[in-house]
Amino acid sequence: MKLSLLNALNDERAARRAAIIITDVATGAQRFLREQELVQEPWASDPLSQALADAFRTGKSGMAETPAGQWFLTVSAPPVRMIVTGAVHISQALAPMAAIAGFDVTIIDPRTAFASPERFPDVDLRPEWPDAVIPSLGLDRYSAFVALTHDPKIDDVALDLALKSDAFYIGALGSRKTHARRVERLRAAGFDDAAIARIRAPIGLNIGAVSPAEIAVSILAEAVSALRAERMAQRAAKAA
Amino acid sequence: MIVTEDNILAEAERWAREGRKVAIATVVETWGSAPRPVGSHLVIDGEGNFLGSVSGGCVEGAVVTEALDVIAAGAPKMLEFGVADETAWRAGLSCGGRIRVYVEKVD
Repeated sequence: MKLSLLNALNDERAARRAAIIITDVATGAQRFLREQELVQEPWASDPLSQALADAFRTGKSGMAETPAGQWFLTVSAPPVRMIVTGAVHISQALAPMAAIAGFDVTIIDPRTAFASPERFPDVDLRPEWPDAVIPSLGLDRYSAFVALTHDPKIDDVALDLALKSDAFYIGALGSRKTHARRVERLRAAGFDDAAIARIRAPIGLNIGAVSPAEIAVSILAEAVSALRAERMAQRAAKAA
Repeated sequence: MIVTEDNILAEAERWAREGRKVAIATVVETWGSAPRPVGSHLVIDGEGNFLGSVSGGCVEGAVVTEALDVIAAGAPKMLEFGVADETAWRAGLSCGGRIRVYVEKVD
């Protein structure tokens, strides 16, 4: 691999854009494709264009074949991100766990007593309102959003932005009752049922979590299952 | 330090810019139960230092040895590992799967 190609790949990654390295298995020759170039020529009429589109959609690396030969597609998707409102007890456990699982974590809470560096060492902590932070971060399809403040004044502002985004996971803390009231507010704000159904609530996989750390495990597990949903569906289809 | 797939190729670039000789090994195909998915990387330098994983530990030693050859010779190599051959005692996958690993030099 040329160092310049490796550099181009890493630049795309840092800019949160997907890219693919196409390796000719027979010769070792390589080509580089940025996602936005796929709809342009010469890529749009490339014999591999369908395989490349599939690879971008699933984020999965793999072999592709055409009559001309065999290619390996190395897919580079941006780092997954978890954006959390609420510098609360659960977040103190969730932030390091999610970081180990490979998420870039940002925690947003305008209440500076909560959002203190002492409570959150080594975390990208934003003691600001969600609408001051989220638009510049950008919730893309590689982003998970988690609402944990228990305070509608803060969580609703962020949920409004999350529901208008491509985030692959949206979870909100609160009992069924709390969530029912949230649903009413979101309806009043103009969101339809399909949009509201994107919110996982009560948040987290049902593992009987009790402590804040256990709830963090259930949230992280649910976010991972959303991230890998397509992979799981493909595997299930293959087994059937 | 836990190196995720997210930053391993950034590390490969950093190593290469430091003037180290670098090879990248990539899992390109798997059959049966394989410990690491297609697209997983192992990055190796000319001293045999490595980051990442292509098999969760089973065949990393053999991949590193081959990578040193690739760094010396320059041409890429396709490796295959499984339990179905008699060298399995040396470099095999205890899980019973088979993997193909592509090893290339960064130049």
